[in-house]
Amino acid sequence: MTPLTLTAGTTTKARRTAWVPTLVLILGALYCLIPIAWVVVAATKDRSELFSTFTFAPGGGFFQNLSDLTAYRDGIFWRWMANSAFYAGLGALLSAAVSAAGGYALGRYSFRGREAVFKMILAGVLVPSIVLAVPQYLLLSKLGMADSYGAMLLPSILSPYGVYLVRIYAAASVPAELMEAARMDGASEWRIFSRIAVPMMMPGLITVFLFQFVGIWNNFLLPYVMLADDEKFPITLGLYTLLAQGASQPALYTLVITGCLLAIVPLIGLFLVIQRFWSLDLMSGSVKA
Amino acid sequence: MSINRRQISRRTILAGAAALGLTGTLAACGGSDDKDSGESSGPVKLTYWSWAPNMEKVAAIWNKKNPDITVTVSKQASGGEIVSKLITAKKAGNAPDLIQVEYQSLPTLVSNDVLADITKYAGDTKSQFAEGLWGMVTLGTDALYAIPQDAGPLMFYYREDLFKKHGLTVPKTWTEFAETARAAKKAVPDAYLTTFSANDPGLFAGLSQQAGGKWWTVDPSGKWTVGIDDAATKQVAEFWGGLVQEGVIDNQPMYTPAWNNALNKGTHLAWVSAVWAPGVLVSSAPDTKGKWRMAPLPQWKSGENVTGSWGGSSTGVSTDSKHAEAAAKFATWLNTDPEALAALVKEVAIYPAATKGQSGDVLTTPEFFSNQADFYTTAGEIAATTAAAAWGPNVNTAYTTFQDAFGKASKAKKETQFDSALATMQSKTFGDMKKQGFEVTEA
Repeated sequence: MTPLTLTAGTTTKARRTAWVPTLVLILGALYCLIPIAWVVVAATKDRSELFSTFTFAPGGGFFQNLSDLTAYRDGIFWRWMANSAFYAGLGALLSAAVSAAGGYALGRYSFRGREAVFKMILAGVLVPSIVLAVPQYLLLSKLGMADSYGAMLLPSILSPYGVYLVRIYAAASVPAELMEAARMDGASEWRIFSRIAVPMMMPGLITVFLFQFVGIWNNFLLPYVMLADDEKFPITLGLYTLLAQGASQPALYTLVITGCLLAIVPLIGLFLVIQRFWSLDLMSGSVKA
Repeated sequence: MSINRRQISRRTILAGAAALGLTGTLAACGGSDDKDSGESSGPVKLTYWSWAPNMEKVAAIWNKKNPDITVTVSKQASGGEIVSKLITAKKAGNAPDLIQVEYQSLPTLVSNDVLADITKYAGDTKSQFAEGLWGMVTLGTDALYAIPQDAGPLMFYYREDLFKKHGLTVPKTWTEFAETARAAKKAVPDAYLTTFSANDPGLFAGLSQQAGGKWWTVDPSGKWTVGIDDAATKQVAEFWGGLVQEGVIDNQPMYTPAWNNALNKGTHLAWVSAVWAPGVLVSSAPDTKGKWRMAPLPQWKSGENVTGSWGGSSTGVSTDSKHAEAAAKFATWLNTDPEALAALVKEVAIYPAATKGQSGDVLTTPEFFSNQADFYTTAGEIAATTAAAAWGPNVNTAYTTFQDAFGKASKAKKETQFDSALATMQSKTFGDMKKQGFEVTEA
């Protein structure tokens, strides 16, 4: 009798406790998703509907907004999107490459000054990149590079956080024995790095790539300071110029909202695509190890 | 902004002095060298930072007529943002040739040595503008830092239909305005005549200009006086604070979805705004087309005829420009040539600063005000009565403090707090100028 009631008691208890975290998670999900739902719904409203109809009642102006946005200044919106893709794509790729080399070297080789270098990079993790935007601008304009594509790429290439992450990842995932074995077989250091270490570090590198990609895609201050020519603007800065048109001009809210919706689509797409490689590599990595 | 602001360089102080009429000699020390006389060989390429929509279409007209001077418009964010960006660009020597500048930002840019003195290229441009406007681009000196582009004289907009329905009178003085506000509240308990917006220091500045407030003044020796809490401004702050405390004027900020809704639904019966209001109403209150009417701003003394301004901008030439003369030529053409003015009105939808641009040949009654055929004739008469504004080198500080201090005061709905908010604005602005290295006293 007693054990029976006890088990019954514990099961209900277990069920009840499971509700709390679920509820918290649902609330958290709502908290994150409602703004996105708002953007999705608001993008369908035309100018007169935007502020007058119920918040989550979809309007009938999405395609009008889309064609207005495309027509705005001869389609400069798509140019901004392409710029963003270029800055974020190439910047993240280069950054992942630099992080791979730097992190691997710091994690797998012991050399004089290694800790000093690593500590400087750690300190770099603590400095927010926003603080660096103005000094970077002044330095790059001394080199005559301000307001160029290079001015946006160069500061994005070195990511202290990426180097840090790859160092930790390399130390954990590339066994020293394996490197020794490769050396015995006569492989050069470059070959060990490119053929053995990089594939083993791939999940870590993809993480660095994603972080950098999202970081550059969403970056506002660096392009704001660095770029003067609106043909080179990324999407963040471009949409901002639509909002701030001076007191006497109504802000182009409908265009900005539609633009924001379109601007997050590539990010969502990227996550969906890369997620597959992510888990795949994690698994294959663990099997090999 | 704060990064630049903290630097008290010799140049800042010198350039500050340059704003006071010592320009000729001192501006040269400021690091700018007049490299050319515009007679350089080959076509000149100019860049123009502007935030106004469709400005590139106006520049295209110029480019077609002047193949030797090509102007490229680069669209930037407006207002305060363009100022901080310009100061940073100037530090690196990358400022564009031509710049759109709000009137209140001119002293800031001049004291940071961003704007060149273009007196020698301007010719008789002065005669084309109202005196009050011209004073804003010369900063009261012999120098000329920009050509006025658009003006924003303050006016009183009201819902003609609702005023008629509730038997409200259009106020001619501020005393009548208060009475109308009370009557409106009585007639429609859930509505307000209008709101006091702590988000819009520009409007408050305009209202205090009308009352005769002089926030910044400078004497020929280069000494600034900050008088934000002068008697005139105090009168304005207490007036609005009193009405907010009484509950007959709303305390919510403008330019929010809620405010749009209030205008559209008619729970705000009026709006103290500038000549550009029709453009805002089109998108904020689309259902009220043809129901508004514009009247002169209420006066402090009956029989007087003064207004302030809200917004408006000018075209300046930067000290980094290697083609100052060509740039000044374009700036003058843009803001005084009849064809350019017509294009500015049509494409950019501004209210031109040039007197002949206000005459009504180029301006057609806004569609939203089709019931008021003489809209721009009346506007022109009001514009002529605009009081001169007195801007200083740290308008940003004053504006930010306004938003903080008056935000709290209007939330609390206490008239006394409006008073202390003004005192805060004064002391913060004064303190900031002192810290920047200006010679400054309090009024």
